[in-house]
Amino acid sequence: MSARLEVRDLSSRRGDARLFTNLAFEVAAGTALSVCGPNGSGKTTLLRCVAGLAHADAGEIRWRGHRVDPRDASWRADVAWSGHLAAIKDDLSAEENLAFALRLRGAAAARPQLQEALERAGLGARMRLAARRLSAGQRRRIGLARLALDPATLWVLDEPLTALDDEGQELMKSLLSRHLDEGGVAIVATHQPLGLDAARSPELRLA
Amino acid sequence: MAQGSASFTAGFSWALARDLTLAWRHPDEAMLTLAFFALVASLFPLAIGAEPQLLARIGSGVVWVAALLAAFLALPGLFAADHADGSLEQMALSPHPMVGWSSGKMAAHWIVSGLPVTALSPLIGLQYGLTPDTLAVLAFALALGTPVLSLLGGACAALVLGARGGGMLLALLALPLFVPVLVFGAGAAEAQASGVTPAAHLSLLGAALLASIVLVPWAVGAALRIALD
Repeated sequence: MSARLEVRDLSSRRGDARLFTNLAFEVAAGTALSVCGPNGSGKTTLLRCVAGLAHADAGEIRWRGHRVDPRDASWRADVAWSGHLAAIKDDLSAEENLAFALRLRGAAAARPQLQEALERAGLGARMRLAARRLSAGQRRRIGLARLALDPATLWVLDEPLTALDDEGQELMKSLLSRHLDEGGVAIVATHQPLGLDAARSPELRLA
Repeated sequence: MAQGSASFTAGFSWALARDLTLAWRHPDEAMLTLAFFALVASLFPLAIGAEPQLLARIGSGVVWVAALLAAFLALPGLFAADHADGSLEQMALSPHPMVGWSSGKMAAHWIVSGLPVTALSPLIGLQYGLTPDTLAVLAFALALGTPVLSLLGGACAALVLGARGGGMLLALLALPLFVPVLVFGAGAAEAQASGVTPAAHLSLLGAALLASIVLVPWAVGAALRIALD
């Protein structure tokens, strides 16, 4: 079944505030949907619903033609989530953080592979340093290295460009572009352009 | 589809290895639990006087209360730290089942807090003039009981996740749940000291351990799901 994300009639509210109602869209293989909108418009909530971290009040999410069930391990193996929180342990080095993150994803990698990914993410000289000594952007870059080695087909990224410098943003964009070339799917909440041609990055604007 | 090596054991060993690595980076925290245990148990003779008969009478009970408080000490951070830095989201979205990695985390909590306390308990008991037989029963009862404390405490820590004033709430929730473990645990050494067989107490502790190994991880999974939504 080809990779395809479908969202039908999705509604969510936080308390009394209605974030979105009857939201419907599709994201085909090789495309990245960029979700924009002002702060508080529900971008993060939408992404959390898609990833299965939050419960939508109504509607359904389908992946590869089947309704998504967060209890299904094969679905969870197929989705990579990157949220506001970097999920980095301060006491572990960049390399250990990456190794544990990938083992958790069921995709343990050999040491040379880890080091190569970290070098590509621009952390070559600092991979043995405890993560507490890294800057916010450098911590984000550990997440980039993780995405590069994650076997998931669907990427759900919440503001992946924050805290990254120009070079880091270019790196993120090229990772995303490579992921789409390989037939991957992405849904990205962002305030900045993703640097993809319009055909590959439709836009969803939340009000 | 990318299934990888997702299983209960893979998740369990992942969480155990990671939490023990983290604990190893900060040995002072484990030492603090142990020092707290020794200190609390040593305060009683100072307060109530060093009368050998009285001390031998209360010794096993004091050791149990101190062990219970020590087990509680590291509980608030068990899931809260991972919740705060986003690791818990990643764990919830990993292909491994929730019962696997949450059991691994509670096992790590026991190895860091319950196991050292159990190992040190004969030494503390010796201070109270307990007989070698009683000391052996005390340590054995702790070996059976402290994992139950880690499991029950883990369930409570998962339940109060994200609640305001979580630490205080955790104490109110967990300490009453620890009471049966305390009663049977202290009762085992008590029975041995007064010449009765401790088998009944120990069997009950063992049964509690088995039941909580099977049941608690499911409760933890349900509580964590609520906390993340």
